Amino acid sequence: MTTALPTDRKTWRVDLGDMPPSVLVSAAWVSLMAVIALLADVVAPYDYQDMDLLGRLKPPVWMDGGTWAHPLGTDDLGRDVLSRIIESLRISLFVALLGTLIGAVLGTVIGFTAAHFRGWVDHVVMVLIDFQAALPFIILALAVLAFFGNSFVLFVLVMGVYGWERYARIVRGLALSASSHGYAVAVRTLGANPVRVYLRHILPNMGSAIIVNMTLNFPETILVETSLSFLGLGIQPPLTSLGNMVGFGRDYLLTAWWIAVLPSIVIFVTTLAFSLLGDWLRDRLDPTLRGT
Amino acid sequence: MTTLSVASKILRALITVFLLVSFVFVVLRLSGDPAIQMLGVDADPRALDAFRERWGLDRPIWDQYVSYLWNIFQGDFGHSFIGNRPATEVVAERLPKTLWLMGLTTIFTFGIGIPAGVYAALHRNTAVDRLTMGLTVASFSLPNFVVGIVLIMLFGVVLRVLPTAGSETWLHYILPVATMATADAAIFARFSRSAMLEVLSAPFMRTARAKGLLWTEAVRRHALPNASIPIVTVGGIYVGRQIAAATITENVFAWPGIGKLLVASVQNRDLAVVQCIVILVGVTMVVTNLLVDLAYGWLDPRTRSGESK
Repeated sequence: MTTALPTDRKTWRVDLGDMPPSVLVSAAWVSLMAVIALLADVVAPYDYQDMDLLGRLKPPVWMDGGTWAHPLGTDDLGRDVLSRIIESLRISLFVALLGTLIGAVLGTVIGFTAAHFRGWVDHVVMVLIDFQAALPFIILALAVLAFFGNSFVLFVLVMGVYGWERYARIVRGLALSASSHGYAVAVRTLGANPVRVYLRHILPNMGSAIIVNMTLNFPETILVETSLSFLGLGIQPPLTSLGNMVGFGRDYLLTAWWIAVLPSIVIFVTTLAFSLLGDWLRDRLDPTLRGT
Repeated sequence: MTTLSVASKILRALITVFLLVSFVFVVLRLSGDPAIQMLGVDADPRALDAFRERWGLDRPIWDQYVSYLWNIFQGDFGHSFIGNRPATEVVAERLPKTLWLMGLTTIFTFGIGIPAGVYAALHRNTAVDRLTMGLTVASFSLPNFVVGIVLIMLFGVVLRVLPTAGSETWLHYILPVATMATADAAIFARFSRSAMLEVLSAPFMRTARAKGLLWTEAVRRHALPNASIPIVTVGGIYVGRQIAAATITENVFAWPGIGKLLVASVQNRDLAVVQCIVILVGVTMVVTNLLVDLAYGWLDPRTRSGESK
């Protein structure tokens, strides 16, 4: 994890013929999900909150009694499951995206701070990293939500904290080794201030490592968010998340399995696609991590 | 490992525990007036004052901090306001159920994951290897609650052979343990595969073969012991994952353990119980990591002499 630099511009070009089939399928799935999430209002056949108490617990179209009016059936309040999955997907991806960005910025800033000041600042950061790595994140998140109550903004911030320590560790390590490299010394000798050296010269060189970590962090954030929402402690109604749907649908496994199982499938396939993409990207962009 | 490095590791562990307790204190105080949180916004002002006096909330903050530390040190984590019993008592009576769940899961995780990983490494690039690796990638993306839901569907709803809620008989253990072991067995398979592959390509394996050892002998006597060292180092991560997995799984299967208690306490904002569980988990993690650190030094003679690292 010390010398992932520098990246040749050519490695950024995506060559479709180069991608293994699993990665191609993953990329296609991720793009499809992204488009659906972006166009949720247009693609969803119904408003996700529209209730139809006379059409409750209708099965999906391929089962007896299913109709094309509700291709994936309806839930216990007669809401269209397809529309709810689309809206949930939008919120789950949005939270994961924001969470990943916040985590990346937070971790990068902390990593640079530790590498710049060294000494006791570095020690404090390392102790904090150890501390964060020691406590299972879901326990920490539950504690924060218990103490502060739940709100959408707080929940997104909590998701942002997830994984900061990995960015901090990577950035700190790379910044420490980079500041002794010729180019950083040269810019500094020319009189650039430290912020400029870090942001304009060292950061671009560790871009691939950070991006790889972001693609690996993204599906994990989805899993944490959906798990907390499943427990009823994440996204709160009337908003909906894929985890919420599984959590509420769990009570209907016997009579209306589709409410819980269909969003479960979406979670699984989507996180799997992101993980496969992330692994592939890591092997490609960060040759030092390649190997077994 | 020198006495000095052992002492510094223990010191660092103690600092982490201290940080954890302080963190809980800060978050608890930042989150608002505990009196209002416990009694409600429209409580009688006299009742609020009485509450503040009883819990020392009218004293200066550093005074509260010191007495908080002192109480925690003595094992007093406050009272659960459900039933007004000590939080430690509420947590302690749930602990055995969770420990059983985690213990059984560990047996299956190691028993399935490690042999599968070793087998995959020894038969690299065969169909079995690819299948094992494919399954591990897939299970990384499967959240616990999805595995649980699928198992409930299959064995509880379709086949109707296994109970899906509670913990009364040994049959109740099967689905929760299977749920937790699925993901962890996959991780151990992946990890022991890469540990094994690394060792198999090491020069000493070539030497072992060159001096005439049979391949199976070389694997048994040289590769396996060496590959087991890095597996020990993931012990800390493993315990952390187990705790997180138990929290979710217990809620899927209505398992009356710590994880279900934690989620219920968060929902009821029963802060005394929440802080007790958080500190319990934190201390468990710190102790585990310390033990892993020490075990690593003991297992790997190279780190024993002089400065470790």
